[in-house]
Amino acid sequence: MSPVVLLARLGRAVLQTLASTGRISIFAASSFGHMMRPPFYPREFLLALLQVGWLSLPVVGLTAVFTGGALALQIYSGGARFNAEAVVPQIVAIGMVRELGPVLAGLMIAARVTSSIAAEIATMKVTEQIDALVTLSTHPMKYLVAPRVLAALLTVPLLVGVGDIIGIMGGYIVATQNLGFNPAAYLKNTVDFLEWLDIVSSLTKGAAFGVIAALMGCYYGMQSGRGAQGVGRATKSSVEAAAVLILAANFVLTGMFFSL
Amino acid sequence: MIRLENVHKTFGDNQVLRGFDLEITRGTSMVIIGGSGTGKSVSLKCVLGLITPDSGKILVDGQDVTKADRDAFLARFGMLFQGAALFDSLPVWQNVAFRLLRGSLARPRDEAREIAIEKLRRVGLKADVADRFPAELSGGMQKRVGLARAIAADPEIIFFDEPTTGLDPIMSGVINDLIREIVVEMGATAMTITHDMTSVRAIADNVAMLHGGKIRWTGPVAEMDASGDPYVEQFISGSAEGPIEAVR
Repeated sequence: MSPVVLLARLGRAVLQTLASTGRISIFAASSFGHMMRPPFYPREFLLALLQVGWLSLPVVGLTAVFTGGALALQIYSGGARFNAEAVVPQIVAIGMVRELGPVLAGLMIAARVTSSIAAEIATMKVTEQIDALVTLSTHPMKYLVAPRVLAALLTVPLLVGVGDIIGIMGGYIVATQNLGFNPAAYLKNTVDFLEWLDIVSSLTKGAAFGVIAALMGCYYGMQSGRGAQGVGRATKSSVEAAAVLILAANFVLTGMFFSL
Repeated sequence: MIRLENVHKTFGDNQVLRGFDLEITRGTSMVIIGGSGTGKSVSLKCVLGLITPDSGKILVDGQDVTKADRDAFLARFGMLFQGAALFDSLPVWQNVAFRLLRGSLARPRDEAREIAIEKLRRVGLKADVADRFPAELSGGMQKRVGLARAIAADPEIIFFDEPTTGLDPIMSGVINDLIREIVVEMGATAMTITHDMTSVRAIADNVAMLHGGKIRWTGPVAEMDASGDPYVEQFISGSAEGPIEAVR
């Protein structure tokens, strides 16, 4: 392959990436704009709260409890190599609250909510329901996108908070039942070790990941191609994009909170 | 009156509309016929602003549709989509009353429900359908609900996109009769796109033949059979021989 062809391909890829970034940024700005201006659709918002928040609780809770338990076992066995088994409560707490709680909740939301939003909106597009909304004087960004993004912005931090607590409890159960830790001492060490910044960073990450997850579902749903293949591709792309952006945002936010 | 002047629309390399001209007089029913993929739906969506034409003018009562206030403009329209396009998450009555539950035409919920049930009756559906979901209905019933939704706010202009596609001949006849009755009763201006000649004869006052992105012939439905236009004649007869290529 000649260097010119290689350069052309590289240039095309860069341009496509920049164009996609621009389109997603405009879409995000538009969805926030519609969130602020009436008309509002409270029924759609409440349904989105239920779908994104309440119904995601089991999967987020189960992920957190198993992760917290596994984390306690890993830290105990790893810490034993240099006689540091006692730090299990502190490391479980910091690991869950700063990193694993928000990231795993974000990824679970991407798997569960992003895919569901993308498939639903893409199917609506394929079956002309989006066009029908427009002919009924209803803006699809206001009716479909704004309520979902707002619901994710508000509920995912709560899910992350609950996930953090459940994860810490998972570690607590394993540590007190299997590893011989004193329950009261475990809880005291956990509470004493955590700082407000840890909790604020966790919830901020939750809000950012929630927005990313909902936006990606809505964006790829609205951009869907025709037919079942179009719906499938939109769903797959939305989950891929949400997962990668959540991990990238996690890196950036961790840097912002803890590297200054 | 709806007037389309020299409308062009291209998707990628595909030039769909190439100077589309059409005039629909107020209170009349225009049916656009033409083969699949000739741009019938595109022309209709251009009028509604769902697709923006590359060039040309679209005027409704002399007003450029691109410059009209969107809400006020769309409030004058009703539309029956090819697949009915009902919202799966809403019960039938909320689909029908969608426009009456929100926006500038919003009414109290009870009143909106009453109107929805009345419109359902108008299209031959019983009140017990109101609380069912679209997925629980047959294709013909979904089309009727779509029709009820299209007329729910008593629009001045109603568009019908392939109203009988996918229906058996009896149900197609029922839908055609309903459309004709409703359009006459409401005094609405109607624009229908179809390639079902039975629908054309049942619904149309005037017919326009679309081929190659342009209107090839237009005239009263009574003159259609004697149009002398080779495109129209081939389309009506369903022959593979003629100016319209059988394989597109």
